Amino acid sequence: MNELSAMQGFKPVAVPDGEREINGVYIGDLLSWVMGRAKADDAWITIMTNINVVAVASLADTACIVLAEGVNPDASVVETANAKGVNIISSEMPAYETAKAIGI
Amino acid sequence: MVNEMAEPLIFHFDVDGDNFTSAGQASVQVKKNLRQLGIDPETIRRVSIAMYEGEINMVIHAKGGEADVIVSDESIEIILKDTGPGIANIEQAMQEGFSTAPDNIRSLGFGAGMGLPNMKRYTDYMQIDSVVGEGTTITMRVNF
Ligand SMILES: Nc1ncnc2c1ncn2[C@@H]1O[C@H](COP(=O)(O)OP(=O)(O)OP(=O)(O)O)[C@@H](O)[C@H]1O
Ligand SMILES: [Mg+2]
Repeated sequence: MNELSAMQGFKPVAVPDGEREINGVYIGDLLSWVMGRAKADDAWITIMTNINVVAVASLADTACIVLAEGVNPDASVVETANAKGVNIISSEMPAYETAKAIGI
Repeated sequence: MVNEMAEPLIFHFDVDGDNFTSAGQASVQVKKNLRQLGIDPETIRRVSIAMYEGEINMVIHAKGGEADVIVSDESIEIILKDTGPGIANIEQAMQEGFSTAPDNIRSLGFGAGMGLPNMKRYTDYMQIDSVVGEGTTITMRVNF
């Protein structure tokens, strides 16, 4: 997690659990698909930034949310993520390039 | 799983029907409670996903409701009760992709029609009791 947020093209947004290991990647914006198909410890790549992504990441137990295309969440989302121990990083790249850069 | 539990533990929540920003709070709290009980991560994950989908459905489709989670020696039971519009055709609602979610809800990432199928997939038992115009009660169980 810490390694990834320090990589070229990535930026930490909220990293309350930097030691967390990433073991896979899931890409998707529809929350119930993410709930049903993402695996625990996946990096979840999305362009959704509303507050509900924090609960989804927490409950589906993903390693982190990766916001693609350089999108930015509201301050309140960052605050909630920090409070709930949910990692968020952002990427300048589209989802596919972001996944390739994570390269798992 | 939870050793030598004398009495089942019951957690009760009122689920607020008009607050999307806090939607999912009961599920997040249950996850925390189950962690404190030392329950294994995979069981917690299954309960969390199933309960979240049900909780969100109560917020989106039924203006809120009540949730009870009962932890016993054999299972974790989740009971979600609302007094919303009810589900006219349960078989259709259970199909992947079926959704009546309005556009403003879809723009938040909901409305894929995958919630009820996820609840079924992640639990060992699921029963839907629904009466149109009266409400819906969903009972789910994840066995240890
Ligand atoms: N508690 C409920 N009260 C009334 N109708 C419900 C309730 N739960 C589900 N439904 C109906 O069943 C449909 C399917 O539910 P499901 O959770 O599978 O999908 P969704 O909520 O529309 O989208 P998603 O869960 O993928 O975000 C809903 O669109 C709604 O019409
Ligand atoms: Mg749903």
